[in-house]
Amino acid sequence: MDGKTAAVQMRDITKSFGSVKANDKVWLDIYKGEILALLGENGSGKTTLMNMLSGIYYPDEGQIYVDGREVVIRSPKDAFDLGIGMIHQHFKLVDVLTAAENIILGLPGKGKLDIKSVAAKVREISERYGFEVDPMQKVYDMSVSQKQTVEIVKVLYRGADILILDEPTAVLTPQETDKLFAVLRNMRDDGKAIVIITHKLHEVEELSDRVAILRHGHFVGDMPTKKTNAGEMTNMMVGRPVVLNIDRPEPKNPQRRLEVKHLTVQDEDGVTKLDDVSFVAYSGEILGVAGISGSGQKELLESIAGLHRAEGGSIIYVDPETGAEEELIGKDPRDISDMGVALSFVPEDRLGMGLVGDMDLSDNMMLRSFRRGRGFFTDRKSPHKLAERVVEELDVNTPSIETPVRRLSGGNVQKVLVGREISSAPTVLLTAYAVRGLDINSSYTIYELINKQKARGVAVVYVGEDLDVLLELCDRILVLCGGKVSGLIPGRGATKRRVGLMMTKLGGGTEDE
Amino acid sequence: MFDFVAFIPRAVAQGVPLMLGSTGETLTQKSGNLNLGLPGVMYVGAICGVIGSFMYETSGVVMNGFLAVAIPVICSLFGSLLMGLLYCFLTVTLRANQNVTGLAMTTFGVGFGNFFGGSLIRLTDTEVPSISLSATSAYFKATLPFADELGWFGSIFLSYGALTYIAIIIALGCSYFLKRTRSGLNLRAVGEDPATADAAGINVTSYKYKATCIGCMIAGLGGLYYVMDYSSGIWSNDAFGDRGWLAIALVIFTMWRPAVGVLASFLFGGLYILYLFIPSGTNLAVKELYKMLPYLVTIAVLIIVSLKKSRENQPPEHLGLSYFREER
Repeated sequence: MDGKTAAVQMRDITKSFGSVKANDKVWLDIYKGEILALLGENGSGKTTLMNMLSGIYYPDEGQIYVDGREVVIRSPKDAFDLGIGMIHQHFKLVDVLTAAENIILGLPGKGKLDIKSVAAKVREISERYGFEVDPMQKVYDMSVSQKQTVEIVKVLYRGADILILDEPTAVLTPQETDKLFAVLRNMRDDGKAIVIITHKLHEVEELSDRVAILRHGHFVGDMPTKKTNAGEMTNMMVGRPVVLNIDRPEPKNPQRRLEVKHLTVQDEDGVTKLDDVSFVAYSGEILGVAGISGSGQKELLESIAGLHRAEGGSIIYVDPETGAEEELIGKDPRDISDMGVALSFVPEDRLGMGLVGDMDLSDNMMLRSFRRGRGFFTDRKSPHKLAERVVEELDVNTPSIETPVRRLSGGNVQKVLVGREISSAPTVLLTAYAVRGLDINSSYTIYELINKQKARGVAVVYVGEDLDVLLELCDRILVLCGGKVSGLIPGRGATKRRVGLMMTKLGGGTEDE
Repeated sequence: MFDFVAFIPRAVAQGVPLMLGSTGETLTQKSGNLNLGLPGVMYVGAICGVIGSFMYETSGVVMNGFLAVAIPVICSLFGSLLMGLLYCFLTVTLRANQNVTGLAMTTFGVGFGNFFGGSLIRLTDTEVPSISLSATSAYFKATLPFADELGWFGSIFLSYGALTYIAIIIALGCSYFLKRTRSGLNLRAVGEDPATADAAGINVTSYKYKATCIGCMIAGLGGLYYVMDYSSGIWSNDAFGDRGWLAIALVIFTMWRPAVGVLASFLFGGLYILYLFIPSGTNLAVKELYKMLPYLVTIAVLIIVSLKKSRENQPPEHLGLSYFREER
């Protein structure tokens, strides 16, 4: 292809997990000096394919050529030796070690550890590409974006020429994303081959030179980014036309449903996480919550759901039928959820909250409903039916209802969690990162579900990471900055830049009116 | 007046098996293997040394100083190595539950030791239910010739057999290895987060096998020391007592730092025999209460460390869990 040299050629790659074919005769070329975006729905086999390149999995069939030579990659070490480095979605860093220690982990060298010279080399790499890393900082003290930087430096330190990034922007703020993209462009100009797996189409358009698309483990096609558009890419991913619009109907008959007044919350170490937060959530409305990760979003939802102790303030719930006001602080989480407040929180590791990995789908549905049963024995039929309904409506890709949730791919796990919470017919729906890591098609299914709840008159509190979606979906947006309310603005007419500024600085700095 | 000159050497002698046991266990645990079979390993290490030296002493040849030491040491190392390999094969290769495997190995090790110990006692045809290997023990307990002439200094610092000093060197060496070498760093990574270590190109299985087997061999020497030095070569069944568990408690007490273990083991040893030095009357129950001291101290340390919430002084993150690369 127009004089470019192929860094990696993958031919007829097939990999099965049990009876599921994650990759089926996939062809993929990766070129030097180019950023390739690898697209596909959840479970389409993107990560599996890249894991075979980085030595985590071993292909059942097929050949891999690096620089034109056929190679066998049996372990991550083989991959490093070939100059292939992968930055995983879940960071592979040891928390109690420093950045420099993590970087040289597993490298050959003198028996005695000379951490100073390592640190010097780390600084040199950082300067070349424009990173900010303190080699002596412990990983557990780092922010998500710092950890990611360490990951990238780690593969560069090993002399990687082929970099694979699995959803690198999923946990970054817009500003951090821009910084990352600048670094990636620097590396491309340095002649490195870069593969980025992402679900965010606008990032694909902004960053990549070429896109390759997988669907259900098959290679669908690739093309230069300039010659395609978001609509075409989505159609190729899903296999049928998809409408990329989020509806935002005007709220119908909004009633005060939840009022938070001067809420102050501390974490267990006594650090203030929420400081004097006040807002009102109305029925039939979606209230978006924006903020850099760790600005108090989690604590806010948890205090409303009664899972977190509040230091001060009050949370008033207005009963939709009687209009009676009730104070939620100090109430048992079970009572709060019985009142109709549902929480679906999707943590970074997805399984961390709300689902039990080793239990199957219907058992996980039962976690919500078992208390309702009377008598000694549990009712297993209705959760089973609910599980079937969720699987069908949300198009969950699972071998059966009896499959342990742990075995599902991340996106499917999430559909189960969100589907279960929505099915409890709440009056207040608290959702955080509902589409975290979900592909475009599933994300839109979730947005639709949330909109349906809105039409039912549910007060929805939507904590999200993707500003573009927040701006399109929400009626009002509450912006948090360091645990304080930085602003509460109407969703219609809000700009990404304004919200971004408000996220990093109280009130949005000079742009404030 | 408390008799320190008499107390300290006894505390040290009591502490050395604990030190070797805990150093070995620390090394093992740093690889993520929680080897609760340690008491069994130390027991096997002891009995294998006894078998070797028994064969040599009763073979009728004129005893050679080097062989008298080398034969039991090699037998002991070999026995505990086999125990380590067994543990690794079950927990690393077959990914069996570490706690269950460890407890089973303790039961097995003690039974193995008592069976062969009992058999050897039958062979000796004596009235007392024990084996005396005093000739071998004499070689193990040999001290520097001038130690006796240096008064209190000599008895506190120089009155020990070579194995005591070797134990200290091993502990300090382990500490250096974990902190200052590449392999030590890799080993710590394996115990903290094997998936990360694996992705970084470290052979997780090999590190786990090596650390556990070497750890077991070090711990086995602790058993050997107990018979040959501490009990002057006298083996009787079950005399080793709960020292293996105490060594595991010591690992927690030192927060996985072998260098700290040197002094901590002497402290534990001292607490273990404190009841002999404190007049407690004839009431045996009071003596038993004193014997609780090492465990109480461990609990106190656990409480203090938990309160401090430091990220450094924690057990290896992946301790007790098996690792499988393609698990999802």
